Amino acid sequence: MSTHLSVPKTYKLFVGGAFPRSESGRVYEVTTPKGGFLANAAQASRKDARDAVVAARAAVSGWAGATAYNRGQVLYRVAEVLEGRRAQFEEEIAAQQGVSGAVARAQVDEAIDLWVWYAGWADKFAQVAGNANPVAGPYFNISVPEPTGVVAVVAPQQSALLGLVATVAPALVAGNTVVVVASEAHPLSAITLGEVLATSDLPKGVVNVLTGSPAEIAPWLASHDDVNALDLTGAGELEWIDLEIAAAQTLKRVLRPLAGADAVAPSLSRITALTETKTVWHPKSLL
Amino acid sequence: MSFLDYAPAPESTALLNLRPEYGLFIDGEFTDGHGESFATISPATEKPIARVASADASDIDRAVAAARKAYEKRWSTLSGRDRGKYLFRIARLVQERARELAVAESLDNGKPIKESRDVDVPLVAAWFFYYAGWADKLDHAGLGANPRALGVAGQVIPWNFPLLMLAWKIAPALAAGNTVVLKPAETTPLTALLFAEIVQQAGLPAGVVNIVTGAGETGRALVNHTDVNKVAFTGSTAVGREIARAVAGTGKRLTLELGGKAANIVFDDAPIDQAIEGIVNGIFFNQGHVCCAGSRLLVQESIHDEVVDRLKARLSTLRVGDPLDKNTDVGAINSAEQLERIRTLSEIGEAEGAERWSPACEFPENGFWFAPTIFTNVATSHRIAREEIFGPVLSVLTFRTPAEAIAKANNTPYGLSAGIWSEKGSRILAVADKLRAGVVWANTFNRFDPASPFGGYKESGFGREGGRHGLAAYLEGGVR
Repeated sequence: MSTHLSVPKTYKLFVGGAFPRSESGRVYEVTTPKGGFLANAAQASRKDARDAVVAARAAVSGWAGATAYNRGQVLYRVAEVLEGRRAQFEEEIAAQQGVSGAVARAQVDEAIDLWVWYAGWADKFAQVAGNANPVAGPYFNISVPEPTGVVAVVAPQQSALLGLVATVAPALVAGNTVVVVASEAHPLSAITLGEVLATSDLPKGVVNVLTGSPAEIAPWLASHDDVNALDLTGAGELEWIDLEIAAAQTLKRVLRPLAGADAVAPSLSRITALTETKTVWHPKSLL
Repeated sequence: MSFLDYAPAPESTALLNLRPEYGLFIDGEFTDGHGESFATISPATEKPIARVASADASDIDRAVAAARKAYEKRWSTLSGRDRGKYLFRIARLVQERARELAVAESLDNGKPIKESRDVDVPLVAAWFFYYAGWADKLDHAGLGANPRALGVAGQVIPWNFPLLMLAWKIAPALAAGNTVVLKPAETTPLTALLFAEIVQQAGLPAGVVNIVTGAGETGRALVNHTDVNKVAFTGSTAVGREIARAVAGTGKRLTLELGGKAANIVFDDAPIDQAIEGIVNGIFFNQGHVCCAGSRLLVQESIHDEVVDRLKARLSTLRVGDPLDKNTDVGAINSAEQLERIRTLSEIGEAEGAERWSPACEFPENGFWFAPTIFTNVATSHRIAREEIFGPVLSVLTFRTPAEAIAKANNTPYGLSAGIWSEKGSRILAVADKLRAGVVWANTFNRFDPASPFGGYKESGFGREGGRHGLAAYLEGGVR
């Protein structure tokens, strides 16, 4: 009986549906809480962030233009594929966060359930967030939510997987595309999630994952002209006020930092916060 | 005067009973301001109407403190039903004093009396009536059970629809249970001060509504006040950015309704008669001082000449002049400063190669006037096609395919409104889907209603005013 020498994974970025290294050539060491070596993760640069925005922008029309039913099925498919690879996620979470198998398992359970919960909203939230308006005149008048566009996310930093899913999944429901900066200390699950997304019929560029220093990358995303919204849920430890100030230049929609259970709770307002309400008028009888 | 001319038909100002001087309205009383008072003038005559107090930082402190006290001691302890009743009272008082408010608005702002009388003031009453009914039904606003008010709202409004913008700000804020400090624009404070009298007549608890007049510095002091929980601003994108920066990190909630450069798209199958009226209404309503004005006409190439010819014919019948004359279609430009901006951008339009046309107009001797103007041969790169002019100036561009129309319409950092003219329903819906704008008018333009959410995409701001969505701006659990 021969013993098999394991083949460790190279953790790269996930941009535009591909897994490139950082153009900067930089990596950083990911360790267990006790300092044991786990992997070298790519340390994304400003250029990587910009490439990710380009990929995300290119993906908006296709994803926003897909039917809500289709988006819902794709998000549900993510849950299916995640479920199938849960062992790998549990192992990575346990190693990165230094938690027991049971705790890691619970985090994966919760992440899977979040995908399912948000998948179900795709063809429903517009019925809750939009409505017909009884205006005082002979007009058809309706308000509907539409995706804001490209959303840059600083994922919650404490968890390897759950915070990431809790911020990325709701952004996708309405048809936004995402550039997410993963947990700096626990980035491996984010890249493995990229592998799940890449095999879940999610069009390329809809989610782009950057690993590295949020403090370094987030300012470039906050000030980027082609980013429509900035989700700072996981930015509580950063100089996030500067990020909000930078976002004001292009009047980005900003979600402020949030900690604890609120940050990862399923929430309809996370979906609607990243939408725009469009109101359409048409005469009923005057023509 | 030929038999086709109109005799002057001025609305009487006799029913206006203005005071020579107005103080700040704080804690239910008019009080002196510590800044230097200023005159508000009629832009049609340049004659002063009244002197108005200016609030400095200490006055803002007083106003915010009054609003805070009113919020904690009185307004937040009232039932929704009673809050609603106060708002219903205000709606009725506005209706009762409608003509007076319309005359004051036209006098101070320069807009035609037929607009202030038939559009602005009726909408003000409707806005209060609509939100009055929400006050005891907030559980049904889609924000969960018992959504809480935010506290004290600091609100800064522009000069183009002075009283209407006041209503857009105050009605939902009060219905949701907030108290407010509102700063009207420097050039148009009059109707807000008359509104303060209405607040007194309605018996609204002192401090629930505070009106502070002044210029930019007053607005800045209000927005930056540490005891304000919510900032709502309507105005330019430049000031909107400044406010967004100032509010960053404070935890204050913010809604912004900013500039626009709306595309009004006319397809070759459009109902032409209605489209011509809609184009005129889209850009010459309120002298074009409208953030959602249809300032970029995108007309399908095959009907360009016909549309432009008919527009010119229609413009030649517009009556420019005395805002108080009931036959006036286009009134005075609101200020010398705004007139200068319109002139400058129009000159740049000519210099960049666009072709300028205006009907012959006779203007009164004094006042600020600008003839309705059409620019043809406009390229998307021209400044008059990109920048908000905020005046009676229409830039005409052409397109060949729906895809080109959509691309050109969306080719702007703004995203407030858009128009579509076509008799083909499926085309209207497809184009409406693809326009990045918060309000899309199809076969109509510049319609407003308290039940209908209004607000922008992109750099036209965020948050909605009007409808159920408008409540979210003033409640916890609401988005932004």
